[in-house]
Amino acid sequence: MRIRALIIRIIRQFVHDKRTLALLILVPLIVLSLINLIFDGDTYQPKIGAVQLPDPIAQNLVRHGAEVTVFDKAEDAEEALSGREIDAIVRLEGGAPRVMLEGTDPARNRAVMAVMQAAVQELVSAQSRTEAVPLPTFDYLHGGADMSTFDSLSPVLIGLFAFFFVFLIAGVSFLRERTSGTLERLLATPLRRREIVAGYTAGFGIFTSLQAVLIAGYAIDVLGSLMTGNFGYVLLIMLLLSLTALSLGTFLSAFAHTEFQMIQFIPLVIVPQVFFSGLFDLESISPWLRWLSHVTPLKYGADALRDVMIRGEGWSAIAREVYVLLGLALAFMAANVLALRKHRKI
Amino acid sequence: MSRNQAACISVRGVTRKFDDKEVLHGITLTVRSGEIFGLLGPSGSGKTTLVKMIAGIDEATAGEIDVLGTRMPKLEMMNRIGYMAQSDALYAELTARENLECFGSLFGLRGGRLKQRMLDVMELVGLTGHLNLLVGAYSGGMKRRLSLAIALLHEPEVLILDEPTVGIDPVLRKSIWDELASLSARGATVLVTTHVMDEAGKCRRLGMLRDGNLIAAGTPEELMAGSGAASIEEAFLHYGCACA
Repeated sequence: MRIRALIIRIIRQFVHDKRTLALLILVPLIVLSLINLIFDGDTYQPKIGAVQLPDPIAQNLVRHGAEVTVFDKAEDAEEALSGREIDAIVRLEGGAPRVMLEGTDPARNRAVMAVMQAAVQELVSAQSRTEAVPLPTFDYLHGGADMSTFDSLSPVLIGLFAFFFVFLIAGVSFLRERTSGTLERLLATPLRRREIVAGYTAGFGIFTSLQAVLIAGYAIDVLGSLMTGNFGYVLLIMLLLSLTALSLGTFLSAFAHTEFQMIQFIPLVIVPQVFFSGLFDLESISPWLRWLSHVTPLKYGADALRDVMIRGEGWSAIAREVYVLLGLALAFMAANVLALRKHRKI
Repeated sequence: MSRNQAACISVRGVTRKFDDKEVLHGITLTVRSGEIFGLLGPSGSGKTTLVKMIAGIDEATAGEIDVLGTRMPKLEMMNRIGYMAQSDALYAELTARENLECFGSLFGLRGGRLKQRMLDVMELVGLTGHLNLLVGAYSGGMKRRLSLAIALLHEPEVLILDEPTVGIDPVLRKSIWDELASLSARGATVLVTTHVMDEAGKCRRLGMLRDGNLIAAGTPEELMAGSGAASIEEAFLHYGCACA
């Protein structure tokens, strides 16, 4: 009954404050769309400047996806390179191709090298005239040849957005409850501390559930993110992830005195989680740092989402992550009930 | 002093420490049923700390507080106490009605009874016409009145008001004091803090607080007579110096 009063109040606050509702629900969709546009584009076509390059080689480069500009003088090519009009200059030196890279963008460097290698390989096998070396065939256990960067990132990203926006909004709302004095007023009613936490969890839970459905549905159905598993599992993981964010945000707000200080938790709490979430390959990280990944909720969520969306795994693969997230959420909620003791002992 | 009225609030030897700093030193005072008791003192004297403990939000480091015969703090007692803090403590993004409904349901009011009480208290503080207005659009005085209305919503037997008239114009201040008088006449006990000396004269009895000590207590007349002072302010200065 008392919890219901809190839930109704939170719903009404959201209804009156449409901007916050938009931040919670629309902004993640917009950012996801932008990321999709960035990562889902066609493969980059490197721009190569050819200086006195034999025609067959130049044509070969074009066939392998390069955009070739022919320069007569090396100086012109170098000027184009420093003006960033082209990514590399290719010329022959003593029979072997020599490539000068612009060099500031590793992705472009790799694109140039890939084209060069493919082109050279073809020339070599054509010259040697021996039986063509059998080319390897590639099979995929998960994913496929047409899997884009976005497909691989989107499970992490939808988890990250669910986590980030819920953390921020729930944390600031709970903080404002304290700074405006309404928390004290709530504590002057027969409301129990655990009822406050439960009410907040349930009230915000309604909106975070809505957010989870929208983000996951949008990423999969509209943006066409790779999805091989069960949508129900995706929702379950998203919900647990936002529940963790909700409980962590409200708990940490006890240690902030102003909204500004709440924002300061972002570089401290959110950013490190992004690093450990699977957006970056951590195989090469120092082992003494790697243990950190075991205490970041986002990593468990992102791992489970990847298992379901990309690898099509079922319950057995995500059970551990689900229990860990559930445990973290409950732990943060319990910590919040204790933190409220600072304001009222009973 | 007449002892014909029962003690509603009984504070015995209450000390409150924050970390190592003691802000209240062994306060003992009694508020009788149905009276308006004024807690008088400059800001920083410990008034808010004391009333928060009486309201059951905070707990004394040492000493005992009984309200209506029950040892505080006690969650069930919250239903019988109305507390209005110094800050307005309202949800600015909600309407007055939604604020009232939220706190009303937390006190267990519902349905027709909640509706009736909402109309009653809003009429009492003269805000009936602004029930559906967003609180964010309220003026400072209106917020203060709504805050008072919320404290009265569940018809508490004990009303604890922390500086209820701060920042309120004289006309409204008078209407709030008239209201407190009529609540007291109907049997409610009112504990009010103030640092405005001329308000003190409107209280049935007064407690003077200074630097965490209760320096004097009694009816305004007793306090003035006891110090030979012509006003409450002079009396306060007299007791304050005698204590120091």
